[in-house]
Amino acid sequence: MVPLNWYLIVAALLFCIGLYGALARRNAIAVLIGIELMLNAVNINLVAFWRYLTPQLISGQAYAVFVFTVAAAEAAVGLALIISIYRNRETVVVEEIDILKW
Amino acid sequence: MTVGQLLFIVVSAATLLSALITVINRNLFHAALWLIATLFGVAALFVLLEAGFLAAVQVLLYIGAIATLIIFAVMLTRRLMTETREAVNSEWWLSAALAGVLIVLLIAIIGRVPAWASTAPQADVSGSIAELGQALVSPDLYVLPFELASVMLLVALIGAIIIAREGRR
Amino acid sequence: MDAELLQTLVWLIPLPPLIAFGLIVLFTYRSKGLSHWIAILSVLLSFLLAQVVFWNVVTTGEEVHAHLPWLSAGTNPEDWLNFGILVDPLAAVMLFMVPLTCLMIFIYSVGYMGWPARKEGVKTPPGLPAGIGLDANYSRFFAFISLFAFAMLLLVVADNLLLLFVGWEIMGLCSYLLIGFWFQKPSAYRAAVKAFMTTRIGDVLMMLGIGYLYFHSGTLTFSEVLTNPQALEAMAATPSFIGGLSVAALIGLLLFAGTVGKSAQFPLHVWLPDAMEGPTPVSAMIHAATMVSAGVYMVIRMFPLLQAGSHEGALTLPMVAMAVIGTFSALFAATIALAQNDVKRVLAYSTISQLAYMVAALGIGAYVAAAFHLITHAFFKALLFLGSGSVIHGMEHGEHHVHAMLHPPRVPSYVGQGEAHPADEAHEAHPAGGHHEAHAPAAHAEEAEGIPFAQNMMNMGGLAQRMRWTFLTFLIGGLALSGFPLITAGFWSKDEILAEAFHKGQTHPGAMLVFIVLALAAFVTAFYTARQIALTFLGRPRTAAAEHAQESSAWIVAPLVVLAILAISAGWVGIPNNFLGLHLGDINWFHHFVGETVHGVIELEELPFNPVPLLTSVMAALGGLGLGFWLYAWRRPLAAGEPDPLIGILGGLHPVLQNKYYMDEFYRDVFVRPTQRFAENVVYQAIDKETIDGLLHAIARAALWVAEGYRAFDRGVVHEAGDAIAEGIKGFGRQFRTIQTGRVQEYLLLSLVAAVAFGLFFYFFIGVRP
Repeated sequence: MVPLNWYLIVAALLFCIGLYGALARRNAIAVLIGIELMLNAVNINLVAFWRYLTPQLISGQAYAVFVFTVAAAEAAVGLALIISIYRNRETVVVEEIDILKW
Repeated sequence: MTVGQLLFIVVSAATLLSALITVINRNLFHAALWLIATLFGVAALFVLLEAGFLAAVQVLLYIGAIATLIIFAVMLTRRLMTETREAVNSEWWLSAALAGVLIVLLIAIIGRVPAWASTAPQADVSGSIAELGQALVSPDLYVLPFELASVMLLVALIGAIIIAREGRR
Repeated sequence: MDAELLQTLVWLIPLPPLIAFGLIVLFTYRSKGLSHWIAILSVLLSFLLAQVVFWNVVTTGEEVHAHLPWLSAGTNPEDWLNFGILVDPLAAVMLFMVPLTCLMIFIYSVGYMGWPARKEGVKTPPGLPAGIGLDANYSRFFAFISLFAFAMLLLVVADNLLLLFVGWEIMGLCSYLLIGFWFQKPSAYRAAVKAFMTTRIGDVLMMLGIGYLYFHSGTLTFSEVLTNPQALEAMAATPSFIGGLSVAALIGLLLFAGTVGKSAQFPLHVWLPDAMEGPTPVSAMIHAATMVSAGVYMVIRMFPLLQAGSHEGALTLPMVAMAVIGTFSALFAATIALAQNDVKRVLAYSTISQLAYMVAALGIGAYVAAAFHLITHAFFKALLFLGSGSVIHGMEHGEHHVHAMLHPPRVPSYVGQGEAHPADEAHEAHPAGGHHEAHAPAAHAEEAEGIPFAQNMMNMGGLAQRMRWTFLTFLIGGLALSGFPLITAGFWSKDEILAEAFHKGQTHPGAMLVFIVLALAAFVTAFYTARQIALTFLGRPRTAAAEHAQESSAWIVAPLVVLAILAISAGWVGIPNNFLGLHLGDINWFHHFVGETVHGVIELEELPFNPVPLLTSVMAALGGLGLGFWLYAWRRPLAAGEPDPLIGILGGLHPVLQNKYYMDEFYRDVFVRPTQRFAENVVYQAIDKETIDGLLHAIARAALWVAEGYRAFDRGVVHEAGDAIAEGIKGFGRQFRTIQTGRVQEYLLLSLVAAVAFGLFFYFFIGVRP
C-alpha cells in the first residue's frame, strides 16, 4: 500500500514547485499558473487525508469541491485583471506593475 | 513494491515533472500546455485515491475551464509570446532557495508523524456522488458554504466581465 | 459781625483769584474779554472781602483767627499740622494794601496788554511783546496774575510759616512765568531763570530756617511762636549746633536769607533789574507792591523771633545783619540808579533801595516804621511803575506814528482798507493797514545799550505836554519816593525811619552810621528821581517818537489816579503824635494799630520829637530834587544827542555805576560759568555719559555676549541635534521604504521568508513542535 506520507510529500513538492513559479516568474499569467499548481497541491492533500483518515465522512470531498470552486473563480477574476492591466499598461510583466508604493 | 505503489510513483513523477517544466518553460503557451499535463496527472492521483467524482471534476473544471481560460489569456496578451525576454525575475534564486527550504521543512515535518507513515487506507469508503450531493445541500451539513460559493461565483462572474470589459464605462 | 462770619470771609479772600486762574486756563482761554473780566471781578471780590475784614478789625480791634487740621500725623492732635488764618493788625493793613493795588494793576493790565487795540486783532506772534497792539497771550497773562494774586493773599492771611512759605513759593513760580511772559525773547526767558535761581538760594536757606524752627519748637504757628515771650527768651538762650549762635539767631539769619533773596537785597539783588523784561504790570505788581514786599512782610512778622534775646534795646545778631545789609543795599542801589537810562531799571534799583530802607529799619528795631514804609512804598512804587508803563506805551504810539508817516501803506484797490490817505493816517489814533505791524516794536527801532527804544529815557523828553495825566501822577509818585515834605506819604514813612535811626543812634553808635547812610541814600534817591522826571517829561522831545507820543487810554490812566490819591493820603495815618513838638493828640493811628500786633512781646516806645532827623530828611529830599531838576531841566534841558551831564561829573565812576558795579559779570565768572563747566564736563560727560551710560552699555554688551552664546548653543547643539535626528529618521525612512517596491512577488517572498524564519525560530528555540 501507498503510505499517506508519500501522497503528502508529493503534494508538498507540487506546492513548492507552484510556489517557485508564483514567486519567480515575470509573466503574470505564469504567476497564476503557479497559483493553480499550489491549489492543486492543496487539493491532493485534502483528498489524501480524507481517504486515509476519515473516508466515512464526506467532508473531505466537499471541502475539495469548495477549493475547486474558489480556484475557478479566482482564476477567472485574475485573468480578467491581467487582461485589463494589459490594456492599460501594455504589459503583463509583474515587475513593471509597481505603482502601489511610496 | 506493489503495483499500486509503482503506479503511484509513475503518476506522481509525471505530474511533478510536468509541473516543473510548467514553471521553467520560457514559452508561455507551452507552459500552459504542460499545465494541462500536470492537471491530468493530478486527476490520475485522485483516481488512485478512489475519489472518482473529484477526478472528473478536476478534468472538467481545471482543464476544461481554467486551463482554457489561461490559454485565452495568453492569446489575448499575445505580444509576449513571441518575445524571448527573461522568464524569471531578478529574485528567482531566492524563490528557489525558499522553495527548497520549504520542501525540506515540510518533508521533515511530514516525517515526524509516524502515524502517517503506516496508515493503510480504510476500506469503508463512502463517497458516492449522491452522498456528496446530499452533503452539499443538507441544512446541517454544507448548504451554507454551497450557497455562498454560488454567490461568490456570481460575483466573480460579474466582476470579471466588468474588469475585462473594453472601453469606458 | 460775628467771629464765625469773619473767619469765613477771611478764608474766602484768597479764593476768587484762584478760581479765576482755573476758569481762565480751562474754559475762557479763547475769549480775551471774558478772561480779563473774570480776573478783574475775582480780585474785586477779594478786595471787597478784604475791605470788610479790614474795617472790622480796625473798628473792633479784635483779631480773626481760625485753623483747620490738615496733616493728621500721630495720635496727639497737638502734633497735627494745621492750616489757618490770622488777621492781626499787621495782616489787616496788608489786606488793605494788597488787594487794592492788585485791583489797580489788573485794570491797568487790560489797557497795557492791548485791549483797546482789539479791533485790529493780534498782529504779533505769541511770546513776543506786542507794543501797543493786542497781545497774543492776553488770557494767559490774566491767568498768571490771578494765580499770583491768590498766592499773595494766601501769604498775607496765613497763620503759620509753612502756609506762608507755600504762598511764597507759588509767587516765585508766578514771577518766573510772568517775567518770561514774552518767552520768544531770549533776554526775557534768561531773566526769568535768573530770577528763579537767585530767589531759590534765599528760599533754600529760609526752608532750612523753617525746618530748624519746627525741629526746635514743634510748631510753626505765629501765635504760638511769636507771642510767647518766655519761649522766645528760651530760644535766644539755647545755643544751636553752629557755635556761637543761639537758636533764635540762627533761625533769624536763615529766615532773613529768604528775604535777601525775595526782596532783592545785596548780594541776591541781581535778578530784580533783569526782571524788568516782564510786562510793566508785572513789574509793578511783583516788584513793587507784592512779591518783594512779601519778603519784608515775613521778616516784620518774625520780628519778635529776630529780636529775641535783646536786652535794653541791644541789637541781636540777625538785627545787625539786617541793618548792615539794608543800609549797604540802600546806598548801593541808589548809586546804581543814578547812571541808568532805562526808565524801568531806575525804578527797579529804586525798589531795591527802598526795600533796603525797610530792612534797615527792622535792623535797628523800628518795627512800625518798617511796616509803615512798606505800605506807603507799595502805593507810590506801583504808581511809578504803572506810570512808566504808560510812558512806554505813549512812546510806542509815537513810534507807530513816525513809522506810519515814513512808510505810508500802499492800499491795493481791491482791499477795502477804509482809510485811504497816508497823510491823514499818520495823525490818526490807530492807523490801519500798513506792513510794519508784523514786526515786534523792538525789531524796527534801534536798541541802544540793550534798552528797547521806547524805554530809553534819552529818547524821551517833553512828554509833560503830551501825556498830562501820566505826568501829574508820575510827579506825585516821584515826590512821594523822594519824601517831599508833608503832602506825600513817602515823607511820613521815611521820616519815621530816619527818626528811629537817629534815636537809636544816641544809644548805639552803629545805628548812627545807619542814619547817616540812609540820609545820604535819601539824597541820592531824590536826585535820581528828579533826573528821571526831567529826562522823561520836561524839556523838549529828543526824538520824533517822543514828539508824537500821546496819552494812554482810560484803562491805564484811571488806576494811576487812584494810586496817586493814595500816595498822598496814605501817609497821613502815620503822622507822629508829637510832630514838630506839637501835641497833636493820639493821631498816629498807624503806630497804635500796628503796634498792637506785638503788644506784650516787644516794647514799642514813643519817640520824643527831635528836629535833627526831620531837618535832615527834608534837606535831603529838597536838596536832591533841587539839584536834579537844576541839572536836567532848569539849567538847560537835555537836547537830543547830548550826553548825560552826569557822565562829565562822575567821570570814571559813571561806567562802574552804569554797569552795576560789574556784579553780574562777577557772578557769571565766579559762579555761573564754573558751575556750567562742572555740569557739562563732570556731571554730564564723566558721570552720566561715561560712568552710568558706560555701565549700561557694558551690561548690554554682556547680555549680548550671553545671547550670542545661547545662540551658538541653540544652533550648534539644539538645531544640529534636532536636525540630525530628523535627518537620521528621514534617511532611515528613505532607505527603508525601498522595501515597498510595489511588486507583489517581492512582498510574497518577504512574507514567506519571514514566516519560514519565524517557524524555524519557534521550532528550534522555543520548542514548538507539531
